[in-house]
Amino acid sequence: MGEFVLNINGKRYGVNAGSDETLLSVLRNRLELTGTKYGCGEGQCGACTVLMDGAPTRSCSIPAVAAANTKIITIEGLEQDGKLTPVQKAFLDEGAFQCGYCTSGMIMSATALLRDHHSPNYEQILGAMDGNVCRCGSYPRILEAIKRAAGQTASGGGR
Amino acid sequence: MSLNELPMIGDPESLSSAKVSGSRSSKPPLNRRDFLKVIGGGLLVCLRPVSSWTQESGRMLGGHELPKDINAWLHIDADGRVKVFTGKAEVGQNIRTSLAQAVAEELRVPFDSITMIMGDTDLVPWDMGTFGSRTTPTMAPQLRNMAVAGRQMLLEMAAQRWNTDASKLIAEAGRISTPDGSKSLTYGELTRGENLVRTVGDPPLTPATEWKIAGTPVPKTNGRDFVTGKHKFPSDIVRPGMMFGTVLRPRGFNATLQSIDTSAAEKMPGVNVVRDGDFTGVVAGDAFTAHSAIGAIQSEWTVPDQQGNQGLFEYLKNNPEGRAEGPEHQTGSVDQAYANADVKLESQYTVEYIAHAPLEPRAAVAEWNNGKLTVWTGTQRPFGVRDELMQAFHLSPQQVRVIQPDMGSGYGGKHTGEAAIEAARLSKAAGKPVKVVWTREEEFKWAYLRPAGLIEIKAGARRDGTLVAWEHHNYNSGPAAIGTPYDVANQLIQFHPSKSPLRQGSYRGLASTANHFARESHMDAMAHAAQMEPIAFRLKNLSNPRLKAVLQAAADKFGWSGAKSTPDRGFGIACGTDKGGFVATCAEVSVDPSSKQVKIRRVVQAWECGAIVNPDGLRNQVQGALVQAIGGALFERILFGNGQIQNPLFSKYRLPRVSDTPQIEVVLLDRKDLPSAGAGETGIVGLAPAVGNAIFAATGIRLRSMPMTPDNNIIRI
Repeated sequence: MGEFVLNINGKRYGVNAGSDETLLSVLRNRLELTGTKYGCGEGQCGACTVLMDGAPTRSCSIPAVAAANTKIITIEGLEQDGKLTPVQKAFLDEGAFQCGYCTSGMIMSATALLRDHHSPNYEQILGAMDGNVCRCGSYPRILEAIKRAAGQTASGGGR
Repeated sequence: MSLNELPMIGDPESLSSAKVSGSRSSKPPLNRRDFLKVIGGGLLVCLRPVSSWTQESGRMLGGHELPKDINAWLHIDADGRVKVFTGKAEVGQNIRTSLAQAVAEELRVPFDSITMIMGDTDLVPWDMGTFGSRTTPTMAPQLRNMAVAGRQMLLEMAAQRWNTDASKLIAEAGRISTPDGSKSLTYGELTRGENLVRTVGDPPLTPATEWKIAGTPVPKTNGRDFVTGKHKFPSDIVRPGMMFGTVLRPRGFNATLQSIDTSAAEKMPGVNVVRDGDFTGVVAGDAFTAHSAIGAIQSEWTVPDQQGNQGLFEYLKNNPEGRAEGPEHQTGSVDQAYANADVKLESQYTVEYIAHAPLEPRAAVAEWNNGKLTVWTGTQRPFGVRDELMQAFHLSPQQVRVIQPDMGSGYGGKHTGEAAIEAARLSKAAGKPVKVVWTREEEFKWAYLRPAGLIEIKAGARRDGTLVAWEHHNYNSGPAAIGTPYDVANQLIQFHPSKSPLRQGSYRGLASTANHFARESHMDAMAHAAQMEPIAFRLKNLSNPRLKAVLQAAADKFGWSGAKSTPDRGFGIACGTDKGGFVATCAEVSVDPSSKQVKIRRVVQAWECGAIVNPDGLRNQVQGALVQAIGGALFERILFGNGQIQNPLFSKYRLPRVSDTPQIEVVLLDRKDLPSAGAGETGIVGLAPAVGNAIFAATGIRLRSMPMTPDNNIIRI
C-alpha cells in the first residue's frame, strides 16, 4: 500500500492504495465517487471514463497511483453551481438514455470530443464514442445529444 | 453453493424498478408498518384481499396466495404529495415515469406531485416480478383503478363538507372545487388528519381519447440524476461500516472441488475467509484487497467433459427435457396438405446462446440488524429474491427486506438473486454490511443465458401463394410467439424443451426472436419460391388488421415499392406480433461485393401496442430494441465447451456499438381505442429476419443461423 494525493474535481484526496489498484476502484470504493461506473474492467465499454488532464481515460485500466499529479474530472465534477454543462443538458433534453448506467461515461467521452471538435463529423464522433457501450441501444439519441450540444457549444454556450 | 431456482423458459419473460435511499444513516431503513406510521395522516387507498381482483389476472401467481393484509397502493400526504406503491422494477424501460403518468391522469393531480415507491418488499404490495411486458397492461390499470377510487373518495369528502352532491363537484389539478369556483380545497387540505381505507372495485377509467397527462412525452423522472452521476444504482449503495466481498468460482460448470488452500489469503491483513460447505468467499475492508485475496486462494477442481458448441443443435434435438407434451397448436392435416402443395420448402434455423450483458453486473449490499436481513440489489423480481433469501437463511417474510434501486438494466437477465445471497452470507459471517459486485467475467459465466435453439419449418402453398401447410418445431429456445399469425388451414406447431448444457433463462422477448427469425425468413423464402413479392405474399395470407396496418405503415415510410435490390444493396421486410404488440421492420443492407461484409444501413420499424402512454418513452424502447437486436442478428454468440465459457469478456464478445447503428426511423401507430400493451420486448423481433431477407435479396444467399455473420460481419457459406 502506498499513500498519494489525487486531485479530483478540484479537490485533493489523500489515498492509501495498492500500486495495482485501479483509479476506478479508488474512485468508487474508497472515495465514494460512484458516478463513474464499472462495466467490464478491460477498457472495452467506456462506463468508467474520466478526464485526466483533459484526456478521456478508462479509469478501470490505469493504476490510481499513475493519476497522482494529474487533474481528474469525473461526472460529479461537471455541474457547476447547479448548472449543467451543454453536454449534460443535451443528454437530458434528448432523453439520451434508458437505464442510465452508461450515461456518465458517455457524457465524459462526449465532453472531450466537443472540446476538441466544436462541430465533429461522423468519423470524429465514432473515434470518440465507439468505445462506449450503451447496452440499451440509445445510440441514435446519444448522437442527437452530441449534435445538440455541439450547436450550443458552437454558439458560445461552453462551460 | 446451490444455484438458485431459475424461472423456466416457459415462463413469461423479461423486463423491468425502485427507489432507494442511498442514505448514510446507520439506522435500518423503515419497515412498512413504521413507514405507514410516518406518512401518517392523509388518504390511503388500499385493495382489500376480499376483492376478486388479482394483479396478474389470468396468470399463475407462482404458488403465492394474494397477501392477507390490506395492501396500500396510494397515499396522499397532507401537503398534497402522492405516493404510489408498486413491486415493479425500473430497469430503463421508463415505467417509473409512465406509471406516474397513469396515476396523475386518473387522480387529476400534476405529474410532479407523484412519487413512485418501487420494488421495496417492505413497502410495496407483493408482485411476481417485472417481465413479459406486463407492467403496462396489468400494473398500470391496477394503479389507475386505485387513483379513480381515491379521486372518488376526495369528491365525497368535499361533498360531505359542503353538504352537496359529489357528482356536482370537479376534481382537477389536485383540488376539489365547486363548478362556480366559489369553494375549493386542495387534496391535502381535504385529507389532513384522516386515514381512510376503501375497498376498490372496477371503477370506469378515463378513456385514452381524454387523456391529458398519460399519452404525452413526459421526460424520464429524475433524469437529471443520471446526467450528474447522482443516481445510486445497486452497485453504488454504501452503508456505514460496509465491507467488500468476493466469491471463489469453480473452474468450470459442474465442477467438483478436489482441494483448497486458503492460507495465503488468510495471512493478508484485514481479510476474513468464509467457508460454508462448497462455498468459499472472502470479506475485506476494501474491494481491491477482497479481489486480491480471492486470487490468492489455491483450488483444484475436476471438470467433467461436457457438450459445447460443436454438435449443439443435434444435442438439443436429441436430449428432450421432461415428458413430451402435445403440440401448442394443431389443425387439419399438415402431411396431407403438404403432399398436395405446389410450392414446398423445408428448412432448419438455429439460434446460439447469447448473453444479456447488462452494463451493470449483478450487485448487492446486505446487512443484518437484530436478525433482520436487508439487501439492496439489482433484480427484476424483488419478491422472488426475498423468497430465495428466506429459503437460504431459513427466515420469515418479515425477516427479509429486498430493496431494488433503479438498476443498470436487465433485459430478462436479472430474475435471480445470486449476488444477494452471496452478500448476505458474507455479511452474516463478517457481522457487518457487505457489498458484492460481480465482475464482467462472473456475469458472463455464472448468470444465465438466452437459450440456444433449433427450429424446423415445413411449409406448403398453392401456386397462387395461398399457404396450406405450416409445421414449426422449436427445440429448446422456447414457445413465445411460436404460433403463426398467418391464416393457414393445416398447422402443426410444437415446442420441445431440451436438456440445456448451459444455464439458461429469460431474455428480452425470449424465443419470440428465434421463432420470428425462422418464420419470417421462411415466409420470405416461400414468397420467392412462389415468385411473389414478399409483402403481397404476406398480405395474401394475413387477415389480422393490426398486423396488416404496421406492415403497410413500415412499407410506406421505407419506400418499399421503389426499393429494388442489387448485388451490393438489399432490402428486406419482416413482421410479427407478441404480447399485444405489433411490429413490422424494413431493412436496407449493403454487401461489399468482394469481401462479402454486411452493413445495416437503414431500418424503418412500425409499431403498434394500443393506446400510447408515453410516445417518447415508447420511441426510445423501440429504437433501443432495434439496436440490441443487431447483436443477436449479426454477431453475438457464446462460445463454450467442456464446462467453460470461452468468450466471457467484452473484448471477446462483441456488442452493438455506435458504428453498428443504422439510420433508424420509428413509426408509432397510436390506437386510442385499444388497451395499452407493454412495449419493452417485441420491438426486438423483426430486425434479424428483415436483415436476413435483405441479405438474400442482395446476394441470393439465405442465412438461417443467428448470428448470421459472427466473423466480422462477413457472409460465409
